[in-house]
Amino acid sequence: MDVIKSLEHEQMRLDLPNFQAGDTVKVHVKIKEGEKERIQVFKGVVISKCNGKLNATFTVRKVSYGIGVERIFPFHSPIIDQIEVVTRGRVRRSKIYYLRNLKGKATRIKERRFK
Amino acid sequence: MCRGMIGKKIGMTGYFTPDGSHVPVTVVELGPCVVTQIKTKETDGYNALQLGFGSKKKTHTNKPLAGHLKKCGSDLFNVLKEFPVDNPDEYKVGQKITLDMFDVGEFVDGSGISKGRGFSGVIKRHGFHGGKATHGSHSHRIPGSIGCSAWPAKVIKGKKMPGHYGNERKTMKNIQIVNIRPEENLILLKGSLPGHKAGIVEINKLKINK
Repeated sequence: MDVIKSLEHEQMRLDLPNFQAGDTVKVHVKIKEGEKERIQVFKGVVISKCNGKLNATFTVRKVSYGIGVERIFPFHSPIIDQIEVVTRGRVRRSKIYYLRNLKGKATRIKERRFK
Repeated sequence: MCRGMIGKKIGMTGYFTPDGSHVPVTVVELGPCVVTQIKTKETDGYNALQLGFGSKKKTHTNKPLAGHLKKCGSDLFNVLKEFPVDNPDEYKVGQKITLDMFDVGEFVDGSGISKGRGFSGVIKRHGFHGGKATHGSHSHRIPGSIGCSAWPAKVIKGKKMPGHYGNERKTMKNIQIVNIRPEENLILLKGSLPGHKAGIVEINKLKINK
């Protein structure tokens, strides 16, 4: 089993910042177009984090032209260039799926302050 | 060139390819194998290499086998298997064979002994659909009718029925090699392989290269 563990540990992205549900993040995604590679930014609120070592994922939700868009990223995927944490939000649960049913001002999340 | 090698299945995990896709992989410790005997057309009627893999205690090896393995001047092997070879003159007894003969992206066949399931019913063994669960039905997992009546007045041979399932040699064909780690003797194959963890598997080159 140690071989499997070390193989998984090798692939893990330990350079990414720590964030949790409720935080607003900018995910810089590498996109390949033929030979060229460019970076696209996906900015939104983290609504869930799914733990699971190498299989861990997180879901980012944003509202684009009035339509809610959610994207699930594998946490350790090499297509993620970097993750920026814009604001840290204070929410009471780890999966904030209730955001999907809210509109406009109600979707605001209180900022988490550190003492 | 030697057609295949013996290895040990270590387990399954995931692997991120450079383009970002996440593929399920089986990790196999492949080799290093040692040539224990060379069979040639003149002496044996066919060209083949006998390869040894793994290790075994001396007390678990009988004297004839220990004597046979003494010729290659190496340890006592757990597994001995034969692999066809085109030109046996290229090899020497005692030579080590490593996984250099495989390339990343190549397709191979993987064989092993599948997990034993014991005496199994038709749903597990043959994939039958089974009967109704409720509404007064008593036929939940039974096979149903196994034939006709006065003619042919017998059950046709090969009828799928309950019985012993698993613990037999199975081959997975056309598995892609995702990654090779020569320093650790590890090979990562896309998808699954037959058998349990630490089971012995055989990785063979395709007869027609894709």
